[in-house]
Amino acid sequence: MNLSAEDFQAIALTLQLASVTTVLLLLLATPVAWWLAHTRSAWRAPVASLVALPLVLPPTVLGFYLLVALGPNGPIGQFTQWAGWGTLAFSFWGLVLGSIVYSLPFAVQPLVNAFEAMGPRPMEVAATLRASKWDAFFTVAVPLAKPGFVMAAMLSFAHTVGEFGVVLMIGGNIPDKTRVVSTQIYGHVEAMAYSQAHGLAGVMLVFSFVVLLGLSWFNRRTTRHQKVGA
Amino acid sequence: MTLRLFLALAGSLFGALAQAGEVTVAVAANFTAPMQKIAKAFEQDTGHKAQLAFGATGKFYAQIKNGAPFAVLLAADDETPARLEKEGLAIAGTRFTYATGRLALWSKQANVVDDKGEVLRSNSFNKLAIADPKLAPYGIAAMEVIHKMGVQGSVIPKLVQGESIGQTYQFVSTENAQLGFVALSQISVDGRITQGSAWVVPQNLHTPLKQDAVLLNAGKDNAAAHALLKYLQGDTAKAIITSYGYAL
Repeated sequence: MNLSAEDFQAIALTLQLASVTTVLLLLLATPVAWWLAHTRSAWRAPVASLVALPLVLPPTVLGFYLLVALGPNGPIGQFTQWAGWGTLAFSFWGLVLGSIVYSLPFAVQPLVNAFEAMGPRPMEVAATLRASKWDAFFTVAVPLAKPGFVMAAMLSFAHTVGEFGVVLMIGGNIPDKTRVVSTQIYGHVEAMAYSQAHGLAGVMLVFSFVVLLGLSWFNRRTTRHQKVGA
Repeated sequence: MTLRLFLALAGSLFGALAQAGEVTVAVAANFTAPMQKIAKAFEQDTGHKAQLAFGATGKFYAQIKNGAPFAVLLAADDETPARLEKEGLAIAGTRFTYATGRLALWSKQANVVDDKGEVLRSNSFNKLAIADPKLAPYGIAAMEVIHKMGVQGSVIPKLVQGESIGQTYQFVSTENAQLGFVALSQISVDGRITQGSAWVVPQNLHTPLKQDAVLLNAGKDNAAAHALLKYLQGDTAKAIITSYGYAL
């Protein structure tokens, strides 16, 4: 396999982007998922739909809206300029923002499922033992929902690695800043450099397969574990 | 209506139907607007229908190589048609330049770009968008201009690349990049720049952006395909092509 220095640069950048995105997504998705799992508010359905939107919207739509929103006249662009960060398009943090939006449902949904599967009992018991809400959340809910967190992290990471359309539209293809593996492969294919494309595409294929394999292995293990535990 | 008139009408209608064919054309994305107009005129004048597919030339190449049923390719360069001919996927001797693209340095804002491109020597812009030189002839031409002007040192750190000239236009149009090298055809109608400020780059600063057409194997015996290639070289098509800022 003949991977060039640029290919390795793209791989490193992709891993960095996926790691940062996954950490920020878990921080953001946890309160959202908790609220969705427990609220009886009339806003539940609209918020749940909003969170799920990136599942069905084509990346070109997300990318186009982001490009417009990030621009100097867009709402996000106005804010980032006001905050003194300039505009975010064509920057690493612009890609992080895009990836968070793009992978949001993949982080929120497993967490909602995990929190719902927990039921209200553990938190009620913790409350009768005079644990504060925060204390109960970190010592009872988080450990119980651990499979949900692992699933959310793996899916967010893998989905961000596989992200293409959004990056293409807001990235600007800058080496070491916004040129990730998927756009690098696209560049190779479009430039008719098929053998280079094969190398990187093979890496992607193996990576994705291993992640999915790991997920299904992890799923089987936790369900068996839970059965034994029960 | 007399019987004879009716027969004559029916006859001519039948004749037209018998001759009317259909041709599937792969069209370079930068040529979208003029080609839609040409196809309409083509259908009116000849009765043939042209089905248009727009996209990147490199993608069309990959598709044609893998059996896509396009009869005619209007490429964004002159290399891809030549390559297809050499590989036996296009009919030899049918290649010709249907349009020559013009490059323009463009800003969405008025009075930013002067008529000599001197703005490139200033440090007063945030980003310069170009098409990816690896993928798009307009990107190669842009890099040639940058080097000819000797501004590569200050300009290259500010480059952002669109995967096509269409995306490059998007970057400038949304003002995420203040400047960009785009196709003149994207920003002009009837010889006038529609918005912002622009410098139409003199053609001696870069290799000519020749866009070639070629008849593909799938169109070998298709009368409509042959007719379209002829029509593209006629006066009606030429007038439309130049009105969009292309040279011939």
